[in-house]
Amino acid sequence: METAFYIAAAVAVASTVLMLTRLNAVHALLYLIVSLLSVAVVFYTLGAPFVAALEVIIYAGAIMVLFVFVVMMLNLGPPAIEQERALLNPGIWTGPAVLALILVAEVAYLLVGAGVSPVPAMVGPKRVAIVLLGPYLVGVELASLLLLAALVGAWHLGLRVAAKEEKEEISHAYDTRGARPAAGRDLVRAGTDRNPGSP
Amino acid sequence: MFALGLTGILVRRNVIFVLMSIEVMLNAAGLAFVAAGAKWGQADGQVVFLFILAMAAAEVSVGLALVLQIYRRWQNLDADALSRMRG
Repeated sequence: METAFYIAAAVAVASTVLMLTRLNAVHALLYLIVSLLSVAVVFYTLGAPFVAALEVIIYAGAIMVLFVFVVMMLNLGPPAIEQERALLNPGIWTGPAVLALILVAEVAYLLVGAGVSPVPAMVGPKRVAIVLLGPYLVGVELASLLLLAALVGAWHLGLRVAAKEEKEEISHAYDTRGARPAAGRDLVRAGTDRNPGSP
Repeated sequence: MFALGLTGILVRRNVIFVLMSIEVMLNAAGLAFVAAGAKWGQADGQVVFLFILAMAAAEVSVGLALVLQIYRRWQNLDADALSRMRG
């Protein structure tokens, strides 16, 4: 159990250092995901399986999906295609893949040999729930308030982006309409403003 | 040890990297809490980690929305110029 903890911690530190030295954001994201997964394994070896599962689900699942989505959104177009082609290059994903393989092997070893070396002082989800909803009830309510505020804030920012885009598009169409007829902008109404006599 | 190695890294690169560094720092703090909770066999460390998790999720959603907003507003700027105007 000790060696498993140290291996996972070493993987975490290594992947984090590699993440910080990457130039490309997508490569850094790969290393960051490996880092979060290794921290989850560290939690498991520390005897906190509930928190380890939450780490994988929320951090490596939800937050990383957000990051990947935004990074992919920020460079659309031909550079993105180049990047996709570069991502298939094996030199890029071997680093995270090797680190992740170390983690997978370690988890398999832990699950197989779980009965041999019991986790020291396992704190299960039940005790966590009892403490969470007992003395920390105010904290839970505050966290829900914080999440609500974040939801409203993110929605507001996204809404402003969408409204600005709409406005820019409309003004752009208005500018071009003065110079020449906006061709193909609205397929339904195309041709209805044409003179009947013209060909 | 882990948190110390990771906290010194915030001063890096562009906005996306700064957000990722913040994630790593929050993770290190949570790891310290869980390790302390495991050392004394208490569940409080995990409870605090749950709070950190909720806060990280909120922070990331707002931060990424801000990044999108910045990018849309100065669309013809690459990531380096974006990091320069961060200050």
